[in-house]
Amino acid sequence: MSAALLELRGVSKSFLRAGQPVSAVDSVSLDLGCGETLALVGPSGSGKSTLARIVMRLVEPDSGEIRFDGVDLAAAQGEALRKLRRRFQMVFQDPLAAFNPRATVARVLDDPLRIHRLAGRDERPSAIAALLERVGLDRSLAGRRIHEISGGQRQRIAIARAIVTKPDLVVLDEALSALDVTVRSAVLKLLRDLQCEQQLSYLFISHDLALVSSFAERIAIMDAGRIVETGPAAKVIADPQSATAKALVAAIPKLKTGAVQP
Amino acid sequence: MTPRLSIQDISVRYVGAAVPALDRVSFDLAAGERLAVIGESGSGKSTLALAVVGLLPSRTVVSGSTDWPGLGHPPVNGRDIGFVFQDPGASLDPVMRVGRQIAEVAYTHLGIGWQAAHATAIELIGRVRLPEPARIAEAFPHQLSGGQRQRVAIAAAIAARPKLLIADEPTSALDTIVQAEIVSLIDRLVKEDGMSLIFISHDIALASTIADRIAVFRAGRMVEIGKTEDVVAVPREAYTRTLIEAAVIPLATSADHAGGGQS
Repeated sequence: MSAALLELRGVSKSFLRAGQPVSAVDSVSLDLGCGETLALVGPSGSGKSTLARIVMRLVEPDSGEIRFDGVDLAAAQGEALRKLRRRFQMVFQDPLAAFNPRATVARVLDDPLRIHRLAGRDERPSAIAALLERVGLDRSLAGRRIHEISGGQRQRIAIARAIVTKPDLVVLDEALSALDVTVRSAVLKLLRDLQCEQQLSYLFISHDLALVSSFAERIAIMDAGRIVETGPAAKVIADPQSATAKALVAAIPKLKTGAVQP
Repeated sequence: MTPRLSIQDISVRYVGAAVPALDRVSFDLAAGERLAVIGESGSGKSTLALAVVGLLPSRTVVSGSTDWPGLGHPPVNGRDIGFVFQDPGASLDPVMRVGRQIAEVAYTHLGIGWQAAHATAIELIGRVRLPEPARIAEAFPHQLSGGQRQRVAIAAAIAARPKLLIADEPTSALDTIVQAEIVSLIDRLVKEDGMSLIFISHDIALASTIADRIAVFRAGRMVEIGKTEDVVAVPREAYTRTLIEAAVIPLATSADHAGGGQS
C-alpha cells in the first residue's frame, strides 16, 4: 500500500497489575489505507480496545511508532494535536455511556461544532439539523434528551458526532454489538454510505467475525496483544491459518438449515 | 403427551404502558424440549421469561394462565425453574465465594446439610467444566473471567435439578468463542438432566444451534412458532426472513468458498 492513512510500527503497551507489567499490546504493526475498512478481531482481553485507544491517542504506547497521514502522532502536542484530533474520531460500544444522558441531542452535536470552530453560533442549529438528516434521523430529535431516545437512534447520534469534523479515520469499537439485527443493518448501510461520500477509513473492532465479514475488506486477528494473522476478509474466514482465527471461525453460529440433529 | 409447561393466552401490561408488553401468547413446552424465543429489544421475550417465573413487578397487569400439568404443586423458583441471566457479573453476589453461592441453592432446595451442599457445589463446578473445582469454589466472582462467571451462574441454576432452565441472553456479554462454549455446555447439561429449556436470544443463528423449536416475538406478539428447521428454511413471516437474512449474509463468503450456497 503506497498511501497508508495510518501506520503502526512495533507498537507496545503494558499495564501494571499487582506490581507486575502485563502486556496488553505487543509489537503491533498495521497499515490502514484511505477509504479502507480494516477489522480488528479477537477474543475478550486480546488488546483490541487498548490498541484503539492508542490510535486515538487516549493511551500512550510504551514504544513503537504511529503515523497518521505521514505525521508522527506520538510526537504531536498542543494545537497541532488538536488539529489532528479533528481527523480521527471514535464511536464506542455503549452510546449511553459515551454521552451525558441528560444532555439534549442538539447539545451533544453542538460541542464538536463549537470546540473545533466548525460553525458560527448562528449557523449551528441548521448544521445540527442537516447532520441529523445525514444520519437518517428527524431534525425534531434535536430537542430530545439522550436518555429519552432509543439505542439505535443514540448510536446514530454517536456516528453523527464522530463525522461532524469530517474525519479521515473513524474507530468503531464494538459500535454495532449492542444493536438489534434490523437496526444494525441500517447502521451498517449508513456507515457504508458515509464511507463512499467522504472517503472515510474505518478501524472496526469486534469479536464477531460474522458481522465483520459483511463490512470489512481486510481482517487483522489479534490474540494476547499480538496480531496473529492478517488478510482479505473473505480469505481469512474461508481459510483461517492461525489457531485463533480458526477458533473464531468455528465459533460463528451457523444457521441450522438442513438435517435434524439426533 | 402431557406438556411440562403450558402457557395459555398470557398478556402482560406494565404500569403506565400504552401497549401490552406481551399480547395473548400461548404455547406448550414438552419435557426435555428446547425452545428458542427470538426477538429484538422490546419484543417481549424477557417479559415472557419473567411471567413464567412470576417475577414481574407487583402492579403489572397479567392475564392468562401458566400451568405445570405434571408437577403436582406450584413451581418453586430455583428448585423447579433455574434461571441464567445475561450478565453473570450482576447475578452473582460479588462478596460471596462462588462455591458458597452454588451450595446455597442446593442447601435451600434439596434438604441437605451445608457439608453435603458444598460437596454438591464442587461436583457442579466440575460439571460446568471449570478447572480445579475445589480451588474455583473458593474464588470470588471478580477473580473469574466473564465466561467462567457464566459457568458458575449455570452451575447455581441447575444445582437443585430444575425441570425447566430459562437462559435469557446467556451469552450476549461474552465473546464469540466463549459464546460457543457456553451454548454447547447448556446443550449438554439440558440433555444429561432431561431439562426443558427456554433459550432467549436476539440471534436466530445461535438459537438454531440449540433449539428444537423457535418462537419469533415482535412487539409483544408471538408472530411465528415452529420446528427450528422449518422456521429457518421456510419462514412464514417477512420479519423472520429479515432476521434470517441478517444472520446468513456473513456466512455467504465461507459458503461460496466451500462451493455450497445457502438459500
